[in-house]
Parts: sequence; C-alpha cells; structure tokens
Amino acid sequence: MTENESPANTGRRNFLIKATTAVGGVGVAAACVPFVASMNPSSDVLAKAVTEVDLSGITPGGVRTVAWQGKPVFIVHRTPEEIQASTATNGVIDPEPDSQRVQKPEWLVVVGVCTHMGCVPNKEGPGWTCHCHGSQYDDSGRVTRGPAPKNLEVPPYHFVADNKIIIGKA
Amino acid sequence: MPGRIIKWIDQRFPLTSFVKHELTDYPTPRNLSYWWNFGFLAGVVLMLQVVTGIFLAMHYRADISLSFDSIQHIMREVNYGWLLRYMHATGASAFFFVIFVHMARTLYYGSYRAPRELLWWTGQGLLLLLMATAFMGYLLPWGQMSYWGATVITNLFQATPFFGDQIVIWLRGDYTVGDATLTRFFALHYLFPFIIIGAVVIHLVALHTVKSSNPSGIDLAAKDNIPFHPYFTIKDLYGLGWFLIVYSVFVFFLPDSLIEPANNIPANPMQTPNHIVPEWYFLPFYAILRSVPNLVGGVVAMGLSVMMFAFMPFLDRSRIPGGAHYRPIFKIQFYLFLLDMLVLGYVGYTPPTNQTLLIGQIATLCYFGSFLLIPFISRIEERWLVRRGLPPAVIALMESEALTIEQRRLKHRRRGEQA
Repeated sequence: MTENESPANTGRRNFLIKATTAVGGVGVAAACVPFVASMNPSSDVLAKAVTEVDLSGITPGGVRTVAWQGKPVFIVHRTPEEIQASTATNGVIDPEPDSQRVQKPEWLVVVGVCTHMGCVPNKEGPGWTCHCHGSQYDDSGRVTRGPAPKNLEVPPYHFVADNKIIIGKA
Repeated sequence: MPGRIIKWIDQRFPLTSFVKHELTDYPTPRNLSYWWNFGFLAGVVLMLQVVTGIFLAMHYRADISLSFDSIQHIMREVNYGWLLRYMHATGASAFFFVIFVHMARTLYYGSYRAPRELLWWTGQGLLLLLMATAFMGYLLPWGQMSYWGATVITNLFQATPFFGDQIVIWLRGDYTVGDATLTRFFALHYLFPFIIIGAVVIHLVALHTVKSSNPSGIDLAAKDNIPFHPYFTIKDLYGLGWFLIVYSVFVFFLPDSLIEPANNIPANPMQTPNHIVPEWYFLPFYAILRSVPNLVGGVVAMGLSVMMFAFMPFLDRSRIPGGAHYRPIFKIQFYLFLLDMLVLGYVGYTPPTNQTLLIGQIATLCYFGSFLLIPFISRIEERWLVRRGLPPAVIALMESEALTIEQRRLKHRRRGEQA
C-alpha cells in the first residue's frame, strides 16, 4: 500500500469487504434453507396426521391403543368410579382439572408417550406407569410421580358421531 | 529401479522426507510405557470399523420394513456376514474401551497440560464424534433397544428452549422415530467415520507439533528421545497382538455378550421394553441423566459430564509435573474417579428404584465434585509437597518451567510495547 492513499479509501474498502461478507453470508444461509427443510417431515408423513377411530368395541373399563402420527394414543372408556376419582383431584405436578382434559367424561383420549423421555407407559392399576424412569400417571393421564414434568398430552380430536372420533383435528 | 521411482516422486512430492520426519525419525521419549499404545490401537479399531462397515453396508437395507430382516440375512445367508457383523458390533465396544483407557492415561499422567491443551481438545471433539457415530449406528438393526434408545436420545432435544418440539420432529423427520430417521441415521453413520478420520489427522498434527508426553511428566532432553521406528512400531505391534487376542475372544466366543437380548426383537413403536439400557459405554452418562429429577437439568448435566474433560487444563493448575506420578493426592483422586465411574455405570444399568436413585445422585455429585475440586485440592497439594520437599530433579524442572513462562511474558510485553 502506498503512502498517498487517503483514509477515505480504506474506509470505502472496509465497507466493501463488510458488505461483500454480509451478502455472501446471507447467500450461504439461504442456500442452507432447502437442506435443513428437507429433513422436516415430508408430505406423506404429514398426510398420516389424521386417524379415525370407532369407539363402539371398547367396553367400560377397557383401553384401546391406536396409532396416530406413528405415536400410540390411549383411548379409555372410563367407569363412573374412575371418573369420580379423576374429578376429585387436580393432579400434583402439573395441576389441571379433569374436565379440561376430556370432551365426554367417559372417554379419555391421551397420547401414550411419557412426557419425560418418550417411552410408552404401561396400564397398571389405576393409571399408567412408565418403566423407563418410573413416572406414574393417574386415570386422567396426569402425572402423579416424576421425573415426567407434564401430564400426558391430549391430542386434538373431535366426535364425528356418538361412537366415532377423529384424532388430529380439533 | 525402486530407488529411481522414489527419487522421481521425491522431486514432485515430499514422500521420503515426510516418512522420515513423521515416522522413521520421529523423536519419541524412550520411557513410554504400554499405556501409550492405546492411541495407535484406536487408529487400528477405526480402520477395522470402516472396513467392516463398508462391507456390511453392501448387504444392509435402510428401510424400516427391511432393515431388521436384512441383519438376519447378513447373519445367515451372506458369506461370512456373521463375522463382519460381529466384528463391527464388537469393534464399537473395543473402540470405546481403547478410547477410555487412552483418556484415563492422559488424565493420570497429566498429559492434557501445557503445551498439549489443543491436542486434548481435539481428542474431546473425537470423543463426541465417536459417541454420535455409535449412537446412530445402534439404530440401524431396528430392534427394540435400537428404536427406544433413539427415541429417548432424540427426545432429549426437547430441552432446547423455545423450539424443543420442532427440533425433535426435525431431527426425526417424522413425529416418531421412523423411516426418515432410519435413512438419515444410516447416511450420517456412513459419513461420520470419514469426518473422524479428518479429525484424527488434526489430532496427529497437534501431536507431532508438541510431541508425546511421557510417564515422568518431564519434557525430556533430545538425548532421551529415540526414533519411532523401529522401537515404537514394534512396541505398538506387540500391543496390537494382545489387543487382537482379546478382541477375537469376544468376536468368536462371546459376540452376544455385548448385544442386548431385547435388540433381537423387531422395533415396536407401540410397546416400550420394561427395562431399557444403553450400551455399556454410555451407562455412566445415562446414570447422570437419570439422577437429575428434571428433564432440562438432566440433559444439561449429561452434556456437561461429557464435556468436563475439556476443562481439565483450566482446572488443574498444579505446577508439580508428571501428573499422578509425583502427586499422591491427585493419584487418590484419580482412582476415586474411576471407582465413581463404575458406580455410575452400575446405577445406569439397574432399573430405577429409590435406592439406586440415591446412589446415582451421590455418585453424580462425586463425579462433578472430582472435577470442580481439582483447583483447590491441587493448590493445597502443591503447597504440602513443596513443604515436604520435592526431588531435586522436579525442583529444577519447575524452576526452568517458571523461567520459560516468565520469558514468554517478557517477550509478549516487549512486543506489546513495540506495537
């Protein structure tokens, strides 16, 4: 670099370097978008997002496990005693009234994935027990013993008939 | 004729000088014990894994409806398929075994200290790459343990603030571990070993810059170095012989001892096995994850437990050279740490009960304590050792080290004044 170059020129050069770097950086980031997005669920996976279930075969006290988005969903036909026990408390770790977790008190629909590490809890006694790390849930799918931080998720669903529900759409 | 060919190459590529500089004449401390064999062994296992893996990939199908059966196909129908698979599965355990010994040696002899911090940190990066590769490879047989192991570990990313759920779905490419997950894990499981090879080259460049440490912890004068070849090529090969004997015993006689029986059941997304355990080499870290009664806390603790090793150059400020060799308290600490790892491994293996939970929590505290107390213990220990009187050779070494540090500082200051 020669002596007679003025500071104004270096300023301009620095600006050009920064501008080029910024534009190049934005370009690289934009080029990453399709690659990152390609790892998200594809259209056929998204198409599985809705499951229709016929409830007529589930007797009171019975449980059916159906697959929704590849995840197990527990559908419980609760007995009056189970409903009574569930409405009596609000849960301990993640308090929530039973009425907010069901649309009809005799039908409980919850995603059967432990909110701790994603294992499938087993139906044991009243409620469920997860054998991976010992979490327990009551008959409303609310966590009663950790390490799980949250209640079993209630998926979006709605009744299309008295004994038919669609899971995946509220 | 061969001489002429080499001469022709040497005019165009530094073949002879490279081999001479990095291998045949590479100066190596004469007092290296067999604990210094394990870096070489790790390189051999890496090559074994790459070769067996490539040949397995010729017969494997990455598709959830085919992959479990393709493993049976490899085991029953492919010529020597059983051998390739058992070598690869046993090789994963062997890899972790030699790496753990390699790390324990570095910790014991204080080889992570100046000037070898970068060497240690590249090694830490290699450990993470190895763990990621092993984890992704474990999904490929699509057994129950594969499936639920991958489910639990990808679920850990739920601890990410704000985007937790989206990141888990992005990693899996599905709402659960599925076809998309299997194919990407296979692609990355094939890619990562080559990244590891690149990282090993960086590790070796760092090693050949600072040279090997040695059991005395004292940087030896030039007269105490001997050429790598033939002295250490033969020592490494002898160690390799012993390694291959043990490895072969596992491959030919105990191949199933390292494979969880539950992984011989095809993956079932609707049913978690009652007792899920990771592979033995992840057990201590898994125990730490389970010991924290909170998802985010557990994930952070587990991540930190793997990364704690990287902090060693900062934590250990003792000026006494030679690692545990001249430091009795550090030596006790080292063995207690190994014991703690075994306790954590046991806790990680057993199903969670209140009792094992308590043991796990105490062992987790001991794990982090044995790192975080090092700065204080090493200072007290240094003072005590100096008062008790050090061997003259060690004092001379400490003085010369202090002098070089002082000189470096002076040089730095002088350069600062000039600028």
